[in-house]
Amino acid sequence: MQKKILAMLLAGGQGSRLGILTSNIAKPAVAFGGKYKIIDFAMSNCINSGIDTVGVLTQYQPLSLNRHIGIGIPWDLDKKNGGVTVLAPHVKGGESGEWYSGTANAIYQNIDYINSYNPEYVLILSGDHIYKMDYSIMLDDHIKKGSHATIAVLEVTIEEASRFGIMNTNPDGSIYEFEEKPKEPKSNLASMGIYIFNWSNLKEALIRDSKIHLDSDFGKHIIPAMLEEGLKLNAFKFDSYWKDVGTIESYWAANMELIKTLPDFNLYEDFWQIYTNSEHQPPVYTSHTSDIKTSLLSEGCEVYGKVYNSVLGPDVFVDEGAFVKDSIIMQGCVIGKGTHINRAIVDEYAKIGGNTVIGQGENLPNEDYPSYYDTGITVIGAISVVPDDVVIGKNCVILGTTSIGNYPNGILQSGKSIMIQEAVL
Amino acid sequence: MRAIGIILAGGNNDRLGQLTSSRATSAMPIASCYRTIDFPLSNMTNSGVTKVAVITQFNSRSLHDHLTSSKWWDFGRKQGGLFVFTPFLSNDNSFWFRGTADSIYQNISFLKRSKEPYVIIASGDCVYKMDYNKLLDHHIAKEADITIACKTLTGEDVRQYGVMDLNSEGRVIDFEEKPVEPTSSTISLGIYVISRTLLIKMLEAISAEGRYDFVKDIIIRYRKKIKIHAWEYNGYWKSINSTKSYFDTNMDFLKADVRYKFIKEYPYIATKPKDQSPVKYNHTAVTVDSLVGSGSILNGYVEHSVLFRRVVTGENSRITNCILLEGVFIGKNCVIENAIFDKEVILPDNKTIIGEPGKPIMITKNDAL
Repeated sequence: MQKKILAMLLAGGQGSRLGILTSNIAKPAVAFGGKYKIIDFAMSNCINSGIDTVGVLTQYQPLSLNRHIGIGIPWDLDKKNGGVTVLAPHVKGGESGEWYSGTANAIYQNIDYINSYNPEYVLILSGDHIYKMDYSIMLDDHIKKGSHATIAVLEVTIEEASRFGIMNTNPDGSIYEFEEKPKEPKSNLASMGIYIFNWSNLKEALIRDSKIHLDSDFGKHIIPAMLEEGLKLNAFKFDSYWKDVGTIESYWAANMELIKTLPDFNLYEDFWQIYTNSEHQPPVYTSHTSDIKTSLLSEGCEVYGKVYNSVLGPDVFVDEGAFVKDSIIMQGCVIGKGTHINRAIVDEYAKIGGNTVIGQGENLPNEDYPSYYDTGITVIGAISVVPDDVVIGKNCVILGTTSIGNYPNGILQSGKSIMIQEAVL
Repeated sequence: MRAIGIILAGGNNDRLGQLTSSRATSAMPIASCYRTIDFPLSNMTNSGVTKVAVITQFNSRSLHDHLTSSKWWDFGRKQGGLFVFTPFLSNDNSFWFRGTADSIYQNISFLKRSKEPYVIIASGDCVYKMDYNKLLDHHIAKEADITIACKTLTGEDVRQYGVMDLNSEGRVIDFEEKPVEPTSSTISLGIYVISRTLLIKMLEAISAEGRYDFVKDIIIRYRKKIKIHAWEYNGYWKSINSTKSYFDTNMDFLKADVRYKFIKEYPYIATKPKDQSPVKYNHTAVTVDSLVGSGSILNGYVEHSVLFRRVVTGENSRITNCILLEGVFIGKNCVIENAIFDKEVILPDNKTIIGEPGKPIMITKNDAL
């Protein structure tokens, strides 16, 4: 059995800057745009591009990801020949196993999987990004130019460029140099972490690099080694919506962009649909007392209160008199009567009591993790419980089943955290 | 598994007018995202039945389109599965289905090749949530030959249903289809359980006599010879047999108890997923006491209405007491009341369409708007 191309989707990263959103799930499994998970975009891009063989590499907290992907039914990736395969680190014959220590190392450890399909080309993807892309156009470009490797790049502003891996190219698009987070960037073409390789060239490079670097990485090791060797590497320019939602603030902002009347990222066109796994897909109900403005509501939401400028995941219940504003409320959350939530992210299946206020007070950065939570967004972790009648400030973090006793005088000041780990496990 | 399932989805219904001119009654859209057949199909799978045949005849395209895979209802693929039977030509037979019994008889090999001892027969055009195991347990406990699920309707006209007289033990002693003078208020829900071998025997017997109807030629004709029992079902049950019942059933989902029963209470009603985006409320949107299907984009005012998937409402439009099927587009400054809009109807700006309360006006793609 031979496949022309297969995709390897790196989904093992934690995404630690997303704070407690990734305390129990990997970043690709974090919800986005109401009903989707971040990984849905790369998965849907694969099937929409005609790629029907996808290896998903998991490592950090894979349970929720495994459950979401299953055998790939939502993406029509339940195939007899090919389809989706979840690839976790494993013990290899005779030796002890090892974790995936780098992006390229993860692929290196799954050479057998790729060999079993004997593909001509391998597409390397990350499960961390929000975008719609036709990989088949990139493949055509790769084949037409006779490249050994093609790297998708995005034009960024020169100020932003020092945060990315930058490709320095000749006028014909061929790459002569790769610089990781350059202080003085020579170009503004940022690598999107999307590569197409000829499998024979990649395999050789992976095996060679595995003996040099234990944490073999595409950007740091494989690409520079290929350039040194004189292989033909070309940049493929992508000029549409692409977001790396790596931080609490960027995650919140990217969700909020979707509620604009004409968002930059369109989820409402029939072409290039994004598929996801949802248990059942009932309608949204809004009562006589509801008031909803500029928001996204996913299936099964029941709204009796006010929802302004917010994104609600599936099966969220907003009780009478509640007011959710500028917030992201994920699947299965319950917002109690008369509760006001302002600029917050409430993770899956959290229960917020009645007459509680979230996001009120001064904008003081979080005391424990000031670099994660400093833009005024309060985050309530998955399956957490917040009691009735408490006032919670800005940049607060709450994880676990909390009761009124956890809130001195019924107040959690801005920047404070309550973390009750056991409740989540 | 103890039973296989048969869903009779062949019927067409003139009383549903233009809505069924291009789709089978079983494919009628219900509550923003379902079709009527999702209810019996989900009941089957939720009752542990893994092998189900859907028998269809009229306008089966929309039904075929819906029943693309057994996956959506979790039926088996190697063990059991979902079978869709339509009339076919063979050397010795070139008939359309001549009746409900005939439609099963023409697919009798499905029965003969199965090993399960019982058959559950349901119709494809009713909205309800039933654990068929309860019906089956009752059937076994009563040692009945056929057991019919029934319901006692109070304060409703039963003349459009099959009306049964029961004795004190719950045995059916009389059965009259659409009686002029009903003698009781207990109606048949068109859901039966019968042993597989007896069903084969009876179908072969009546077919040899040129009889083709399950109710008339088996139940009514044999009611004294075989033991037919009734099992009372008390939950929500609606038959989609007229425009009014179609409209009312959809509106019933605006009531919390009905909605919760079907949508929030496990086991859920399953349907073919379409993966539409979340509902988008723009800044002028208002929806009160309404259901909205995914993929919709809202700008106007909606009250006491059921909107299916991918509906778009324009700014300044008022939609009251309406059913808008999938893909309906309502322009700006429109006023519509008491109406059913068929799939993909586009209403241009500044239009007014007002139906009578209790007698909704039907708008289809062919209407000049």
